[in-house]
Amino acid sequence: MSILVLENLTKAFGGLVAVNNVSLEVKEGEIFGLIGPNGSGKTTIFNTINHFYLATKGRIIFKGIDITNKKTFEIARLGIGRTFQKVRPLKRLSVEDNVMAAAFARESTFEGSRKVAREVLEFCHLGEVSHMPAGSLPIAGRKRLEIAKALATRPSLILLDETAAGLNPAELDEAIDIIKKIRSELGITIIIVEHIMKVIMNISDRIHAIAFGATITEGTPKEVASHPTVIEAYLGTDATLVGGDYAGA
Amino acid sequence: MKEINLKWFSVTKTELYIILGAIIAPFIFYFSPYIQGLLIFIMMWVILGSSWNLLAGYTGQVSFGHAAYFGIGAYAAALPFYHWHISPWWGLLTGGIAAVILGYLLGIIVFRLRGPYFALGTLATAEILRIAFGEEEWLTNGHNGILYITTWVTKLPYYFIVLAIALGAVFSIKAVMHSKAGFYFLSIREDEDAAKAIGIDTAKYKNISMAISTFWAGTAGAFYMIYMGFIDPEIVFALHNISIITILVGILGGVGTIWGPAVGAVIMVFVQELFRSAFFGLAPRWVGNIHALVFGLLVIFVILYMAGGVVGDWDLIAKKFRRTKPKEAKA
Repeated sequence: MSILVLENLTKAFGGLVAVNNVSLEVKEGEIFGLIGPNGSGKTTIFNTINHFYLATKGRIIFKGIDITNKKTFEIARLGIGRTFQKVRPLKRLSVEDNVMAAAFARESTFEGSRKVAREVLEFCHLGEVSHMPAGSLPIAGRKRLEIAKALATRPSLILLDETAAGLNPAELDEAIDIIKKIRSELGITIIIVEHIMKVIMNISDRIHAIAFGATITEGTPKEVASHPTVIEAYLGTDATLVGGDYAGA
Repeated sequence: MKEINLKWFSVTKTELYIILGAIIAPFIFYFSPYIQGLLIFIMMWVILGSSWNLLAGYTGQVSFGHAAYFGIGAYAAALPFYHWHISPWWGLLTGGIAAVILGYLLGIIVFRLRGPYFALGTLATAEILRIAFGEEEWLTNGHNGILYITTWVTKLPYYFIVLAIALGAVFSIKAVMHSKAGFYFLSIREDEDAAKAIGIDTAKYKNISMAISTFWAGTAGAFYMIYMGFIDPEIVFALHNISIITILVGILGGVGTIWGPAVGAVIMVFVQELFRSAFFGLAPRWVGNIHALVFGLLVIFVILYMAGGVVGDWDLIAKKFRRTKPKEAKA
């Protein structure tokens, strides 16, 4: 069953069409990759899904409900969590308080929300730093905090926006591990935007590739990686994406 | 430190000492109505500073117009008396409610604005009220003000009333900040869009913060009318004497701390009185005219060297004075 459907989604900023007629369907329990070169409209799609931007045209349907015109906080309550590419922790609050603020989306008591927050922090390997101010975390910690905050709202679908960017190889493996666990242990559907090919090719069930706001192709990681237009969009002509250990941007 | 904890209500030992001290203080100065008067003003500023701090310090909506709510509270007590001879004491109930209603209505306009524009919006709304209440003489008696012969000559009963209100303000805010609403206020302060993304109805929670804040500011205004027995628009809607001093009290004591505004209020009244009285007559008389200037300099110093205010940066300050052994850390 499809958990999220985008129907002919278009988002234009004045004359600039950032997302052009994109349609896709994400199945429940899937890890769905969204790739494309810089500025191709990936984050704009996320921002339109959770209504930071209002779609210019098209519809967004989540679990059969049309959420195109719902407010951001309502969409979060319905069960779509998201992380930000440019991390946005509540800097002056402790890591635990950050996650508690998110956990209150489903919990009404202090104790209940703290319990959820602690579980989520353990899950994201942040238990030991839970009392540090969020602003003092290193980048890998902040990226995981973004995931923790999104998870604490108990979503059924989570949008991960470049949660692996800027990490070293060890941190990268840890991040991949957490992302895999989000589906296998929590049963949450994932849409992931990522530049690092090692991550996205590894964990996605299906990948949707876009360039200049429009769909190029969709399919399994192998199919997409060997698609000539994808290769061209990423590396120019005469190159191959399959089988190497390459870093994206 | 052991805490008395009734879920939503908690008092630490330090807080208990502060409360006891506040109860004893007027008896220590039993024969000095002058000092009792100062204590009353301190409490009034505790209420106003705490009220502002909830909205600005904790929710990030920096109001430059808290005089609007103080003033409307004062007039809520004064107008029924002026027109129908209804006791101003009712203002302690109606003042806060009137301020909440005004806050909600103004919020419809000013909450559309963010950051400095919000500040300017609130400043403008307070100024509009000041001018309107000065002009509409049929309603407010304009600049002639409203006079009421106060109930008691002694200050002691007033002190305990204002102390009760101040404790109500501080502890209600403390309770709120330990609840879901408190977390939501802080989230809105830190990043409004990120707050929306974790499911926070930011418009609703800004209004809740505004309602609690304006309730206490309005109640303080009503108390002012009852205690002073005279108000006019230039006094209760004053930009410099109410709105700005409220902000200074908050900044001096510590923005976004429970007890910051209380500490700020004590310092503010003390400094103001020291200079206003020209060091109790010991200094040349012109010193009396520069109290506002000195207070301004003090705030600049605080912003530059201890941005957290006295309470927010207490650990830093304690360290400076006590190099050998840092005293037990304050929670």
